[in-house]
Amino acid sequence: MIATIDPRIMTFEPVTLSPNDYKSGVHPIWCPGCGDFGVLSSFYKAVSELHIPTERLVVASGIGCSGRFPAFVHAYGFHGTHGRVLPLATGIKMANPELVVVAVGGDGDAFSIGMGHLPHAIRRNVNITYIVMDNEIYGLTKGQASPTSPVGMERKASPYGTVEAPLNPLLIALASGASWVGRGFSSKPKELVELIKQAMTHKGFSFLQVYSPCVTFYDTYDHFKNVTKPLPADHNPRDRASAMKYAMDEETLYLGLYYQEERMTYDEGFAAKREKAHVENYGVPQILSRFTR
Amino acid sequence: MPGSDLTVRVGGDSAAGGIVTTGEVFARIAAYAGLEVYTTRTIPAEIKGGHVMFQARIAPEMVWSQGDNLDMLIAFDQESIDRYYPLIRKDGILIYNSNDSQPPAPDGIKQYPLPLNDLAKSINFQRGRNIITIGAMVKLFDLPFETATLVVEKQLGRKKEMLEQNLLALKTGFEYIEQNVTRTAPYHLSPRAGGKEEERLVLSGNQALAIGAIAAGCRFYAGYPITPASDIMEFLAGEFPKIGGTMIQAEDEIAAIAMALGASFTGLRSMTATSGPGLSLMTELIGHATMAELPVVIVDVQRAGPSTGMPTKVSQGDLRISVFGAHDDAPRIVVAPVSVEDNFYQIINAFNLAEKYQTPVIYLSDQDMSVRVQTIPPFDLNRVQLVQRQLWDPNGNGDGTFERFKDTESGISPMSLPGMKGGQYVAEGLEHLPSGEPDYTPEMHSANMVKRGKKIRNAAEVAEAWGMLERFGDLDAPVAICGWGSTIGPVREAVERAQAEGMPVAVLYTKMIYPLPRQEIWEFIDQRKAIIVPEMNYTGQFARMIQAEFWREVISVRKYGGIPFATHEIYDEIKKAYASIGKSSAKKTAPTRTVKPLKKTAPAKRKVARRE
Repeated sequence: MIATIDPRIMTFEPVTLSPNDYKSGVHPIWCPGCGDFGVLSSFYKAVSELHIPTERLVVASGIGCSGRFPAFVHAYGFHGTHGRVLPLATGIKMANPELVVVAVGGDGDAFSIGMGHLPHAIRRNVNITYIVMDNEIYGLTKGQASPTSPVGMERKASPYGTVEAPLNPLLIALASGASWVGRGFSSKPKELVELIKQAMTHKGFSFLQVYSPCVTFYDTYDHFKNVTKPLPADHNPRDRASAMKYAMDEETLYLGLYYQEERMTYDEGFAAKREKAHVENYGVPQILSRFTR
Repeated sequence: MPGSDLTVRVGGDSAAGGIVTTGEVFARIAAYAGLEVYTTRTIPAEIKGGHVMFQARIAPEMVWSQGDNLDMLIAFDQESIDRYYPLIRKDGILIYNSNDSQPPAPDGIKQYPLPLNDLAKSINFQRGRNIITIGAMVKLFDLPFETATLVVEKQLGRKKEMLEQNLLALKTGFEYIEQNVTRTAPYHLSPRAGGKEEERLVLSGNQALAIGAIAAGCRFYAGYPITPASDIMEFLAGEFPKIGGTMIQAEDEIAAIAMALGASFTGLRSMTATSGPGLSLMTELIGHATMAELPVVIVDVQRAGPSTGMPTKVSQGDLRISVFGAHDDAPRIVVAPVSVEDNFYQIINAFNLAEKYQTPVIYLSDQDMSVRVQTIPPFDLNRVQLVQRQLWDPNGNGDGTFERFKDTESGISPMSLPGMKGGQYVAEGLEHLPSGEPDYTPEMHSANMVKRGKKIRNAAEVAEAWGMLERFGDLDAPVAICGWGSTIGPVREAVERAQAEGMPVAVLYTKMIYPLPRQEIWEFIDQRKAIIVPEMNYTGQFARMIQAEFWREVISVRKYGGIPFATHEIYDEIKKAYASIGKSSAKKTAPTRTVKPLKKTAPAKRKVARRE
């Protein structure tokens, strides 16, 4: 529905394309049954329903199974280095705020090697969407524990079981002050499409954690089916304390929109700065005159 | 009694404040009075506290180095006297704070006591000691008081009450000398005839670089604070918003170059600036820029390392990481300016090279030329020409399908920008097909290695036309100096001295470090009897590169203590080279040309870039 798009991100003429029109034709290299397929098809559907022109869409990624994502989307893409998707996407968005920028990655990319960038993208409130496909394992490197793996995980690199406690991505995002925080599950495509659409139409940094199981190295489909359920109807997404309370629940993993607020985006802040500083007919000769004796 | 070419050093504890200000303001007063100035400074690594030194060389003619002699010392404390008094020339001058320090026994050096604390107290302005000192120096050197007032107003006039106090301090110092020491100035610093009328810029290398970047069309900068590169960021933070640019202070250097690459992907001319530690962190993404063929300029203001090293001391030790720092072969272009002035022209070349060849360009400045404030001739803005990156034309020829990485004769592939219909592609860090789709076949990887390599190899073709080779001296001399970077200053003065004594020297400085302009360097070094390669690093990084590329023995002259070459050190090497090849060699073997006098003012007119 065109009407659902926040007019402030409507810098483009809406187009009518089917989800298939957003497929690049490159066949995904993911294992059959990978949760990322569910995220990808939900993404096709979401951008189709948001009527985003393919040339205005930029999908950026880091490294990992999820890092291959941009190659499968008919759009502009940036497949960067491990952990650096957020500063790459920040550069893209700040250089051209008229682009719709989506950053994608996995839990290793987001919470291990790239963790240093997350709170900064959040505090800048860069107007981009970050979809983290969380499978709680390193898949591309064939099954090592990740920052979201449970304690005691036995793998080749942890034959006696891991002793590190997992991070809680939602709490990190909420505590850092993210202006939009949500959680989805690749096996709940209908809800996931809605979440991606809401995240992309939010004005500001939107952080979407998606459980996306790895069938080969850590098959958690049944686990997540059993422990996930929608956020209760009485949860108010404007209430950060309530969002944190549900995010802290380790028994039940709630899905849905946890938190949303409106605040100045990074590009709006820069636009204001430019307006304040603007000088008519200003350039190199005027700068040099300050240094001329 | 010092001559007209004066080197003055100011020393003190930085906690007391104003040491650098004293030197800088005095240097500017001299510059505004029509003299040429060349400054050097060392700052302590500590935020506040620690010894600090500022040195200015002031002369009627352009000077090219910090000078070999110390003519005058201004000592704010005992430590400065202890450290630098022995360096003052026999008939030099000491001005010392007589409230805080004891001068050595008289030994021919003229001593002027200045009761700085008392004077400051008399005008109830404890922090005014630096300006009082400036006032005293203005009187001692017979500089116009009005010029001093003008500079103080310009430099320190932000707050009105402060300005009044500063002007009072200036007058206090001036009158103290006049009333208690000498009514007529004992020394004269006067400009050469017409010197005052000549236009001069008074700025630092980092400022010249930042202004050059703006002239080059740079509108995106991301950086992380680091000594001695931070003032590039600070300068652009002030200027970019006025002209629609974006300056982001990133969370680290990796983020900084990532942001610059993201911005370049959308079509903006982008830059980051750092020093050695930051360059080390950026290495992975520089390789990505090579792979995804994205233009970006990475400034490295070199400081002494490794690790944290000596953040406030100079080095030229980052040549190897700049040329070779990457996993596997990741060709890029490396550019090095030679002076404060050259920073303006070479940063424009760096942007044009990045855009033309769609490649990362590493730009090697150094601590010495970046922080030093100097008088230089005005920039010739008519010589600034911008080379645009080759863009894909959706309406051009072809069957309509766009292949971002399609090989061409030059290796340069037209690029699309987000927003262009039909140009969709992925800036891919994996090895890829011409379309950008990942591909691991041996054939594709081999072909792309050749494509990325030839593109960079070809870049040497523009070096001469874009003013990236600077030659001077006697080009037929048997002894040559082939160098890079800021060593050019002392080399210029040493060669001038050697030539006056009948030892001609040919000099070539290349500002394109990689790829080396092979043809031009070969023609220059071929037939020489001795080739001196001076540089500020321990292993002779450039000398070894020259030896490896041209199979020629060179005399590698290295200084690696964190301070620049002195003129006499280069001069001694020239003398030694002549001794080693035999005296008769001073007579030229090649067709005789008269020894060209060195230009004392602006270096020869250069072109920056030719429109393609």
